[in-house]
Formats: sequence, C-alpha cells, structure tokens
Amino acid sequence: MVAAALRTVPPPHSVPATNHASHIHIEHVSHGFESPAGEFLPVLEDVSLEIAPGEFVALLGPSGCGKSTLLRLVAGLEPATQGTITQDGTTITRPDPSRIVAFQDPTLFPWRTVWDNVALGPQAQGRLKANKASVEAALCKVGLEGFAKSYPHQLSGGMAQRAALARALVNDPKVLILDEPLGKLDSLTRLEMQSELVSLWRKNGFSVLLVTHDVEEALFLAQRVVIFSPRPAKIVGELSIERPYPRHRDDPTLTALRREVLDRLGLGKSW
Amino acid sequence: MSSSASVVKSVPAFDRSPPVESAHPPAAPAPQAAAGVHPAFSPHWQGLLATLAWVALAAVTLAWPNAPAGFEDWAYTTEFGIATAVFAAAWALLTLAASVPAAHDTFLARPVAAFRHTAPWIVATGLIFAAWEILTAKTGRLPPPFFAPPSSMIDVYVSDYARLADSTFNSVRLLLEGVAWGTFIGFSIGVAIGWSRAMNYWIHPILRFLGPLPPTALLPIAFFFFPSSHAASVFLIALATGFPVAILTWSGIASVNKAYYDVARTMGASDWFLIFRVAIPAALPQVFVGLFMGLGSSFVVLIVAEMMGVKSGLGWYLTWAQGYASYTNMYGALIVMTVIFSSLISLLFAVRDRVLVWQKGIVKW
Repeated sequence: MVAAALRTVPPPHSVPATNHASHIHIEHVSHGFESPAGEFLPVLEDVSLEIAPGEFVALLGPSGCGKSTLLRLVAGLEPATQGTITQDGTTITRPDPSRIVAFQDPTLFPWRTVWDNVALGPQAQGRLKANKASVEAALCKVGLEGFAKSYPHQLSGGMAQRAALARALVNDPKVLILDEPLGKLDSLTRLEMQSELVSLWRKNGFSVLLVTHDVEEALFLAQRVVIFSPRPAKIVGELSIERPYPRHRDDPTLTALRREVLDRLGLGKSW
Repeated sequence: MSSSASVVKSVPAFDRSPPVESAHPPAAPAPQAAAGVHPAFSPHWQGLLATLAWVALAAVTLAWPNAPAGFEDWAYTTEFGIATAVFAAAWALLTLAASVPAAHDTFLARPVAAFRHTAPWIVATGLIFAAWEILTAKTGRLPPPFFAPPSSMIDVYVSDYARLADSTFNSVRLLLEGVAWGTFIGFSIGVAIGWSRAMNYWIHPILRFLGPLPPTALLPIAFFFFPSSHAASVFLIALATGFPVAILTWSGIASVNKAYYDVARTMGASDWFLIFRVAIPAALPQVFVGLFMGLGSSFVVLIVAEMMGVKSGLGWYLTWAQGYASYTNMYGALIVMTVIFSSLISLLFAVRDRVLVWQKGIVKW
C-alpha cells in the first residue's frame, strides 16, 4: 500500500481551497551556475511540480542538492535557466509579497526591533501606516507580543525564527516558501515549532513549499513529500501522506513511510 | 505571620497618631535595624589623599617664593594658590560626605560613587600640577620663556581672552564646515561605489590612487586655486574627512549580508528601500569608524592650514605666539585645542552610542 503511494501521484488533494492560496506550477525547470572556472554547473534537472492552492508540499533531499535553488526560483529571486514557473497562470519573473520566503537563518535585521522587523513588508510596500494592527496581530500569532521592543540579539534561536515567521505572515502570503526554517534550532524547539507551523498553515490556508532534509519533519508536516536526488537535483519520487492533522509523531503509518523514504534516498540500510 | 504582615501594611506610613505606632512595635524598628548595618563613619582614604595632594599644591604655590625669572614675576601666582586651596577645601567636604555610609542609601549614591571613582585621578593631577609649578616658577629648572607654570595660564586667558576666543570660534567654524562637507560627500561617494557597479568601476580606482595623498601636500596648490584661503581650507579638511568616510562606507555597504536584500526583495522592496533601509543602516557601524578616522585627520589639516595661510584660528595663534616668543600663550592655545578636539571626539562617541544602540550586546564597546 505504501509502495503504491510512491511514484503514483494522485491529482492535487482536496485541500481547503481559499482565495488566500496560490496555485504554483513548475514546468520542466532546469537551472545551473557558471563556476569561477567558466564551467556550467547544473543544479536542477528538468523539474516539474505542481502545488495546489492550500497544499503543503515538502521537498526532501540530501544537503546541497539544489532544493534551495528551486525555492529561490519560485520566490522570483533568480530567473530559471530553462523552463517556466507560474503562479495562478502568471509567469514568475520577480519577487512579490504574495510569495514570502523564510530562510534557514532568521535573517532579522539586527538594527531593527522585533516590531520594526515584522513591519518590514508593509513598510517596503508603503502601506505600514494603515497596517500597524496587522503587525501586532502577526506578533500575537507567534506569541512574541511581549518582545516587540527587543532587538534580535536579545532573542533565543526559536524566538528569532518565530519573529521571522511573523515577518512573513504579516504580508498575508498566498504561498509560504520555507527554506529549512527549523534547521538550526535545538531539537525540542524544533518539535514545538513544527506543530506551530501546522496550526498556522491550517488557520491561514496558504500554500506551503517547505525544503527540508529531515525525513520526520517532512512526514509530520506535509501532505505530499517530493524526493530529490543528489545534485543535479531530479525528482526521484513523490509520496502522498493522507493522514489527518494534527498528526502524531509515533503514528505507525508515518513510521512505515519513513522507511520507504529512507530507502528511496539510498539510506535503507542505515538503521 | 501573614496576619501580622497584613496588619503592618494597614498602618499608614505617615500616621501621626502615636498609639497606632506603639500598638505595632515591629513595624518601626525595621528601617533603623537596616541602617545599623553600616558604621556611622568610614573614612574615604583616597578622597583624603586627594585633598592632601591639593593642599600641598596650594602650599607650594603660596608659600614657596617664585625663582627670579629675568623679568617681572609670574602673574596670578597668588590667585592660582587660592584657587587650589578652595578646590582642596571643596574636596575635603566631598570626602567627608562620602565617608558617611548613610549617604549611599540616598539620592547622593550616584554622585558619591562617581566621586570615589575620580579620586585617584585627583591625587595624580594635584601632584602633577605641584611638580609642574615647582619645576617652572619655583626653581626655574625648566626655564622661561620656553616653559611656563600652570598659574601663568590664568594670565593668558585673562589678558588675551578676546584674541583666543576669536581664534577658537574661527577654528571651530572652519573645522565644522569642512567636516560637514567631507562627511556628506564621502558618505555619498561610499554609498554610490558600494551600490553601483559602474560607479565602483570609475570612482574606486581614483579613490585608491588619490586617497593616500596627504591633503596637507595639496596645501600650496589649494591656496593658489581657491578664491580664498578659507575656501581652500574647507576643501582640504573635507578631503581629509571624506576619504576615510568614503572608503569605510563603501566597505560597509559591500559587506552587507546578501540575505538581507533577499528578505527585503521578497517583501516587495524597491531599490530606494534596499539602499536607505537595508544597505545604509547595515553599513553604519563601519561609517562611524570612518568618521572617527576622518575627524582625526581633519584636526591635522585644520591646524596646518591655519599655520600656513589662514589669518585666524588656533593654528594661526600658535605661529603668532611663536613670533613673539610668547610660549605661555602657546601653551594656553594648546590647552584650548585639546579641550575642543577631545570634546568633538566625545560628542561623536555619544552620537554613535545613540544611533547604534542596537549593537550593544553584539559588540564589545
């Protein structure tokens, strides 16, 4: 049953489709960089992927395989060498506040207070004056309302990552792009933040594209896990996780899926 | 226990009726017991030492006759002696205040702590002044006219007040004008070459080639090209300030974490926003390093320019005093310079501490 789930990708899930979520379509995207020596280094090879409105998709693969590059392309920070990426039918050519990225490092601006960091999006879009309440609301969502006046260096790792999430949420994104956002947290904080991510997603209804190399994290969070090969990254398998939320970490289905995924990543004999 | 505490709380702090007070004896003795932890008087020895040093200075100045200096006697010796005696007396009072431990619990706590902190320096300055007075006025070991006792500084400030004040005013005005231009232009150039590849290609080599040239080397040319020596000096001071400001602003902007730009761009930031709200705030710590360097070299250029061509200012005053072999006046001007320049540096520190308050805790100050 589990093996059948691999490769055979059902049509996009019946997820709560809201007008707050975008449909992302990645079509035959290949990408690479010019090395300093002048060689072309392929990073992504013919990646095609569809994210339904409101869907939570995890991209899983070995470190440095090029998953983060794919996120940068979806965010519009770089143009793809080949292929197209569309958001609700429109080709992505540049960054847009409807697609917000949260990076592995919180990358809070150290010279701004937590409040001012969260206010970054509305300020950059020139609509801060009318949206001060949404900054407060975003801070409340992540439980940082008491730290509005703190500077980033005064926060713990988990709090800083929460502030970064609030900074993303305040833009009311249609797609949340998460580049290993919990990768540097200690393991207890990570578990806590995973649950928070799920509840934020369920409350807000945006689509989520999450890059991770943590198999359990992918299985705990996502509705669909896309498995990548080492560089140049190709999609080597997809896996639907039709388990209800909130999930339990010791759910036997998830444990069985974990074995499948590790097998797929070539780590089947590692345990 | 808890019930008695609630009873105590119910007693108004300034209740005048004695029966209530006597009804709850445990409430009253508590503060007295706390005060009793301190002894009534513990002498502050460093303060005492400082007082003694200044008493010695006053005694040396007043009681020891000046050595013959080959002209009429040094002026203001008595006044200097009296002033030091008054200072010693004031210090004695402060020492006494600091010796009463009860003062630590009052609003005096901070001034008393500051006083205790300063005391060793007061001892040192008293001794230095005494040695200075003895070596010059009292024994003539350091002979006139090249050396002058501290008491004669009073003479300079009283007799040449107008000229010194005028020179100081002109120097400060010239300096601020030059530093303001230099900061503005240097900062703008730094931002431009830090941000724009084309600007960097054209301006950076010029900066690297011409920057190390000391602005003072351009002095003769500048005086020739500019309509007035004032304009020439403003240009040279601006040059001295602008070069380090430009280089450090550039390096600050070039080393901004690229992820900051990514974050801002995904949130819809314009180029204007990226420059003024991301690049510049992130580069400000470096900009301040450049400002400190620039301010330091602006002092050099100011004084040299005033010595060479400007007809007023403290640099001019130095050469003027030298022309009359009036070294006492020169010392007086040097002290004024020291005070002004160190105040400007302190002011810059204060501004930096305010602007970069977010750095506290990241950087060791």
